[in-house]
Amino acid sequence: MSYIDTLINGTNFDHKSINALQKVTLRAVVMAFLFYGLVAIEGMIMRLVEVGHVPLNPLPEQFFHPEHFFSIMTVHPIVGIFGSTYQLVFGAFTFLVPYLTKKPLYSVKLANWTWILITLGTALAWVAAFVWQYAPLYTLYWPLPADTHQFKVIGGIVFIIGVALIMIGTLGFIYNIYATIFARVGIHKNKTTKELLISGFGIDGFLNLINKLRGKQPYTKEPALALPVVAIFRGTVDTFLDALVILGAGILILVYLVFDASGHALDVTAIDALLYKNFFWWGLDLVADGLVLIYVAGSWYLLATLITGQKLFMENVARAALMLELLVSWMVWSHHLLGDQGQPEMMKLISGEMVTAFELLTQGLALFITLVTLWKARPLKMTMELKYLLGGLVGFGLAVPAAIIQADMGMNRVLHNTQWIIGAHVHIALIVGLYMTLYSALYVLWPLVTNNTKLYSHKLANTHFWLHLIGGIGMGAFMGMAGLDGMLRRHLYVDGQFNPDMIFAAIFGTMLLVAWAVFLYNIIMSVGIKGLIGIFLPAKDATASYGIEEELEPADDPAFAQ
Amino acid sequence: MTFTNSAELLSFHWVAYSIYAAMIISVVAWFGYNLTKKDAKSVFRIPFYWYMAFLVAGGVGHHIFTYNTIPWVSQDIDRHNITPDAKYEFAIQNHKWIGLPKQIVIQCGQTVEFDVHSKDLVYGFGLFRQDGSMVMQMQVNPGTDVNGILDSNDILWTFNHNGVFDLTSTEYSGPRQYSEDGKDLMLVKDFVKVVGCKDNGGIQ
Repeated sequence: MSYIDTLINGTNFDHKSINALQKVTLRAVVMAFLFYGLVAIEGMIMRLVEVGHVPLNPLPEQFFHPEHFFSIMTVHPIVGIFGSTYQLVFGAFTFLVPYLTKKPLYSVKLANWTWILITLGTALAWVAAFVWQYAPLYTLYWPLPADTHQFKVIGGIVFIIGVALIMIGTLGFIYNIYATIFARVGIHKNKTTKELLISGFGIDGFLNLINKLRGKQPYTKEPALALPVVAIFRGTVDTFLDALVILGAGILILVYLVFDASGHALDVTAIDALLYKNFFWWGLDLVADGLVLIYVAGSWYLLATLITGQKLFMENVARAALMLELLVSWMVWSHHLLGDQGQPEMMKLISGEMVTAFELLTQGLALFITLVTLWKARPLKMTMELKYLLGGLVGFGLAVPAAIIQADMGMNRVLHNTQWIIGAHVHIALIVGLYMTLYSALYVLWPLVTNNTKLYSHKLANTHFWLHLIGGIGMGAFMGMAGLDGMLRRHLYVDGQFNPDMIFAAIFGTMLLVAWAVFLYNIIMSVGIKGLIGIFLPAKDATASYGIEEELEPADDPAFAQ
Repeated sequence: MTFTNSAELLSFHWVAYSIYAAMIISVVAWFGYNLTKKDAKSVFRIPFYWYMAFLVAGGVGHHIFTYNTIPWVSQDIDRHNITPDAKYEFAIQNHKWIGLPKQIVIQCGQTVEFDVHSKDLVYGFGLFRQDGSMVMQMQVNPGTDVNGILDSNDILWTFNHNGVFDLTSTEYSGPRQYSEDGKDLMLVKDFVKVVGCKDNGGIQ
């Protein structure tokens, strides 16, 4: 086959052969990777600004202007977290929950609305920053988002509507997942809601452990829900609470902006800034320290069992630990407020330090269980999915302790708001830990979602792996070192004050950008441009499940609704 | 062992974390290599409960270690019961420092209280050495109590090393903190000067 032929038609991908569930999954994944590219470009622009006015820096002068720089910094996490990561995770889970529960997805239509709303919302938030330079950053510290002396009202309104659309799409995903899990059809036909709830919260695993200690028979030998579904179930609780908090903050800001636009500005001091910080960080932290860690643990367990074909080591402990992780995630937000002198010391000590340290335990447990499961199954072939899984484990192995170190009243005094936390913790956790786990899932799911489409090039897949791994760790490491040298994370440096750290961070960042281009090229060559467009065309096969007989989307089925 | 300033702490932290990072990358690389070997044997066995105990000890021990080696932790917790050697109070509004002395000269070993108020946005208060490294920082939240008195954002700091430190806001408060060409308008050069210490720190 000629190069042009492959570019247009792919290897052997036939978009007409894939069903509605596969298509909606792929649509979210495609959007996620497009947004990933955008976020990588944004990241590189900011990195080059921090390199400063040095010879060979190709960045045009306009990017050095504070309005422009902070607009990019504002949308960078919105595009990265919601436009890319949320979509990728939601897309994967929209496929995995029906696949693992052997039931159809509750509604393909709703799943379509989910990716459309998140895509639209992300685009609107981006437009607000690009056109009106609305730049309160993702932290939205009160009263900055309502500061109409610095920002245009219209920019704020568009931004908040964008974020609200993302959250509405998120609520749609949550409804779809729970409606699918609780549907009493297929293998769950004879299960009660109570049984599904007990399994979803991991209480069965906990009772099994208790019974084992007491020398009794297990509470259940066959839990109602598979362990990865339990992780999705529990992580989604945090996703829901987080969506409510962000929507709540959005409504508050919107009210202030609308009143301001009408000429009747409200008094911003009516809202206590520190109380608002507590409320907002409680919700926002449910992403970082809640759903991400729980979803990731569940993904590791799934990947370890799929890669080895064996049962998970210490499954009951893993089930019970996921419940613990959920509770921990609700009580750790104060580690973001260790530098706030008005925050009660007791909250700093208990929530900010002690409970936060528990994450070392829960994440360490997930790491241990995954490694032992893999070890027991050796020898294993070093497949792409195994490589990426190990990369993901390294990422969290580096990033979680980096954060625990800073979640300390002594260390926080000299590390808060520096590049340490955003580099050594956030970027390594997301780019290396989370994304490599997601790439592993992608390679596992690829044959299922694309009906065994042949990957265009394994060499390119390997190139992507090494560029992404080295680029991710390298960039995070040099950002972290700059943080130790005093470089702030939400600050504009235009004279290259933190070179050569920033130059090295930019070089490794470039590797990440190249890695993404290599990956995208490999995928496009596999599915072809026709296939890529075909993914967005209506599915001829309306099946809402994968690998089972009973198939059609059952949103309107009365039996399903029960 | 006690860290007398943040520079010592950050150097220690740099070394300790670099060793840990090299170790975790090596362990997973070694693990991955052996996963593909048929006859790979465990070099050592890690009993589950010992592993969990190690994580608990690591999580709790870290805070015990820092509490006992970083002097500003206990000082921060107990700051309302400590009488400072000097107190400086000022405010911020519209990205400008209000009532700020041109320079503060501090004798070595003195404990100084900084009490900063914000009249509009969330700012930060941070001191930096001439090489750019951070001495310390805190957040500066706006707000008033029921009587309309501006909320305190207070920090106690003991200076054990000579130096001249710059001041700036460590929290983003909008693009107006900067000029169009990117200069930090809240940067106050040479704001704090500490004198009277020995070369390697401590009172002469």
